[in-house]
Amino acid sequence: MVEILLDLLLALALILTAAAALLSQDLFRAIVVFIAFGLLMAVCWVRLQAPDIALAEAAIGAGLTGVLLLDAVSHFRRGRGTDSVVEEERG
Amino acid sequence: MSTPLLYALTGAVLWGIGLMGLIGLRHLLRKLLALNLIGSATFLILVGLAQHHNGPDPVPQALVLTGIVVSIAATALGVVLIRRYFHLTGRTELESEVPEAGRDEEGHSG
Amino acid sequence: MRSPAARIGMLLLALMLTALLGRSVWQLSMLEPASDLPRQLQDKLAASGVEHPVTAVLLNFRSYDTLLEIAVLVIAAMAGISMARTRSLEDPELRTSDTLLRALLRWLVPLMLLLAGYLLWAGADRPGGAFQAGAMLAATGVLMRLTGLPLDFLRPGILLRIGLVLGFALFLLVGLASAIAGDVFLAYPREFVKGLILSIETLLTLSIGMILLALFVAAPVNDASEPEEGEK
Repeated sequence: MVEILLDLLLALALILTAAAALLSQDLFRAIVVFIAFGLLMAVCWVRLQAPDIALAEAAIGAGLTGVLLLDAVSHFRRGRGTDSVVEEERG
Repeated sequence: MSTPLLYALTGAVLWGIGLMGLIGLRHLLRKLLALNLIGSATFLILVGLAQHHNGPDPVPQALVLTGIVVSIAATALGVVLIRRYFHLTGRTELESEVPEAGRDEEGHSG
Repeated sequence: MRSPAARIGMLLLALMLTALLGRSVWQLSMLEPASDLPRQLQDKLAASGVEHPVTAVLLNFRSYDTLLEIAVLVIAAMAGISMARTRSLEDPELRTSDTLLRALLRWLVPLMLLLAGYLLWAGADRPGGAFQAGAMLAATGVLMRLTGLPLDFLRPGILLRIGLVLGFALFLLVGLASAIAGDVFLAYPREFVKGLILSIETLLTLSIGMILLALFVAAPVNDASEPEEGEK
């Protein structure tokens, strides 16, 4: 009984974090929520008795993807102020 | 309903959310997020459906394991391409999707 | 440019597709599977040379898939590196002078490398293996890069290229060797199976780590001018 409840909660949390990651106004926030989604996915894999995938998901889905995307966001933020510079360089 | 089936159905819902995001969102990084979501959903469906009757099944698990690594590589390549695009054009949205003035659902900050 | 109406139509279409997918999943779950795959796997596990079923599937029973997957990774890495216009893939901007962070790294990096090694070794009989270990290596590299530790081996040169293809090359070599010896492609000779799997996995770990790291490092496009822009 408790396990079914846990599964239902986990499924609900997955859907909510997924929706929140896509709907969030702030891109930084969206990616942080997406990292949370990756961690929840790792828990899901444990529930599905797939510890191998859980390990990979925790390292990749939550860790590497998050760092990669956050790095890109900070790049865009930094680039924003120099948009005109980029334009000038091209011209 | 068994646990794997529950996750497979959750995967179907996530797939839908991801697809809508992929179509509806404009910022390229957000599209990439949506694409990742679709990938995760597909993995859930794959493993969930396979394990519904048989219990833990290493074959789809191994497939998903390689799938996860491929998907991070694809994401990383996508980020590289988006950055390149941003560097060349100064935009983070596709050319055909630059919002018109006055149309402002879901602000695209970031 | 898409109108709001077209947008809503697309979203509706996506909704319908999702409903269809959900229904298909439900219907498929009603079907009895034609074969009992986990059982077959369990029966043949002793012949695979490793005790952990997932590793057995990855590197023995379905090694063809894994081989192609590595090929995809190598191609992705090549594409990523070719996008980077930097001579050195280090970012001087990232150099940190935070002593606390450096001191922490001194502890963390060896620990993470140790963990990667453990994961690789554990793959033989419990959850773990080349992919997780490779991801761990890549994570270590990313951490080192973000704190500005020098990563000399990532200069786009011969070392980087060899590192990228090492895993794929050995895998392919083993496959070809078995084919030339008269067996099926990628059939390991029975007496060496464990050693072969372990060595392939070790090199795969290295390659996966380097591929992911190279893709991560390739991302920052520096503001160097584009001499060949007009030619494209």
